[in-house]
Amino acid sequence: MKTVEEIKAAIEAAVPGAGVTLLPNASPSGQHSLLLDADHAFAVAKFLRDDADLTLDYLSNVTGVDWLDKEVTEKVKVAKQVPKEVDGPEGKQVQMVEETVEETRKHIEPGYLEAVYHLFSMKKKHGPVVIRMRTKNRTDDVELPSLTPLWRSAEFQEREVFDLYGIVFTGHPDLRRILMWDGFKDHPMRKDYVEPDDFEYEPTAHDKVLERHKQHMAKTGPGEQPAAGVTA
Amino acid sequence: MSETATKSGVAVEKAPAVEPQLESWNRPGVIPTDGEGELLEVSMGPHHPSTHGVFRMDVALDGEKVVKLKPVFGYLHRNHEQIAESMGSYIGMMPYTDRLDYFCSMTNNWAYALAVEKLVGQAVPERAEYIRVILAELTRVQNHASAIGFLIQEMGASGTPLMYAFKMREKILDLFESLSGSRMMCNYMRFGGCRVDTSAAWLDAARKVMAGLPKFVDEYEALLTGNEILMARCQGVGVLRPELAVNAGISGPMLRASGVNYDIRKVDHYGIYDRFKFRVPLGDHGDIYDRYMMRVLEMRESIGILEQALKEIPGGPVMDPKAKIRGFKPKPGEAYGRIEAPKGELGFYLISTGGVEPYRFRVRPPSLINLTVLEDMCLGHNVADVVLIFGSVDIVLGEVDR
Repeated sequence: MKTVEEIKAAIEAAVPGAGVTLLPNASPSGQHSLLLDADHAFAVAKFLRDDADLTLDYLSNVTGVDWLDKEVTEKVKVAKQVPKEVDGPEGKQVQMVEETVEETRKHIEPGYLEAVYHLFSMKKKHGPVVIRMRTKNRTDDVELPSLTPLWRSAEFQEREVFDLYGIVFTGHPDLRRILMWDGFKDHPMRKDYVEPDDFEYEPTAHDKVLERHKQHMAKTGPGEQPAAGVTA
Repeated sequence: MSETATKSGVAVEKAPAVEPQLESWNRPGVIPTDGEGELLEVSMGPHHPSTHGVFRMDVALDGEKVVKLKPVFGYLHRNHEQIAESMGSYIGMMPYTDRLDYFCSMTNNWAYALAVEKLVGQAVPERAEYIRVILAELTRVQNHASAIGFLIQEMGASGTPLMYAFKMREKILDLFESLSGSRMMCNYMRFGGCRVDTSAAWLDAARKVMAGLPKFVDEYEALLTGNEILMARCQGVGVLRPELAVNAGISGPMLRASGVNYDIRKVDHYGIYDRFKFRVPLGDHGDIYDRYMMRVLEMRESIGILEQALKEIPGGPVMDPKAKIRGFKPKPGEAYGRIEAPKGELGFYLISTGGVEPYRFRVRPPSLINLTVLEDMCLGHNVADVVLIFGSVDIVLGEVDR
């Protein structure tokens, strides 16, 4: 099989304007992945499926990953005007002098949602080729092109990613929740998901239940103390 | 399509106009009806006895004929992947993988162990590899035998074929129990080997069970393969074309019944499968009968692998002495490991960010993905056939819903 670098070159030759980034994988598995830009992803995926050398006809695994906002601290060398005592013609005097100073800066790298696809070829018996797509952010701009029109196997798996991560796949023929029920609001696989307060009092309470009971009561207030065996 | 209520009070849809076929990916859509009468919507499940657990199919019927079918999942959803990502360790997830496809906990263990071994570059001693192969093939035999038993049960032969399969399955589960301490929730494999070594007595017991397997398959086949009712109900029903099977990511016996030669044991040579001689059975028609036949033939091939493995098994340790157990923290990276589980390709996708637990833990469930084409196989058939087609997919809801 072609190496990832060769596949990247082939994509760039076949789909003009496609932004493909090679993401190296430090693990001994050596499964490097290709990051596609969302605008060209469909065309690139179609090329990967139909190209005679690759023939990646089998989309095995589709999944989502949630990457939270990251606070990055880095040390930067900056040129700065610093007051300093220098020997002048009239004795010592304070003067502004330019010096390079090390400064720690903090900034927030915005998080994103990622869809990962593992492609194999049943005809040529090679793989995996890993392709990824990233959304612009985690909140409102979460659309990615659906690859279901190319590989039917993405149908349920993209529904699952939509359900659990909240990535909206445009072009999916039937994008509904699949594992959670229709009225469910949140996306439970996100890293910042908070469990709802669906507390039920258990008559045989153990430490964890008692702790949750206390928290629940702090929220709802007294007077609603359930009798043993009665659900709150 | 407007909803009206009939005299019986059941909400039904008017027969839809013929919808155009969707292009590239062969989705049949709603199949045309004769336009007379009304469609009846039936919700099969979640407690229908043929659904192997809690699973629902929303079926639209034109008389007896299925014109639409939408599977509904999630009744057994427990967010398995979330549990893994907040588990606090990698090894802590091993017993949970038993609960995915609870018929085949040994292969689930192996798939997870394989993915982690890929992630950290862990070697496995030779004896452990042999034990893994023996256990995986025993698992395959008992899974296929029970799958056929369930299929025949759904055909109306209550009890006998299933109990016949269970009689043999119980012998294999006894082996699992004496080795791992549990019949079904084995929790046996570890990263870099297996938990305990097999004794000579256990190997002898395994040889004894194996010696009885060919006769079991012969008898099973004598009862079923040429059976007139089975042939009448199964042949030409639920046909899956190979192009659609590949495109829809179908794997396992169901894919090979459609004639696609793809067995991960042969493709990836994971473990030590390149040392054994075995053939990959292929179907011709892609119907229920071929899927039944694939399972029978695969049982025979598995018995062949068992014979070779039990003959050649070497001595030595079952755990790599260099395997890190305490403070197991893989370096940042990711790995996708997959095996040929009895139901299809079972894969685990792990991302490590250097922590004690995986940042991302994903199970690629063959049962769920094999159901993608359920509607395509069922359209135009009778309700009674839907039950059979569904049975021939061979799913376990613990894995579908995770």
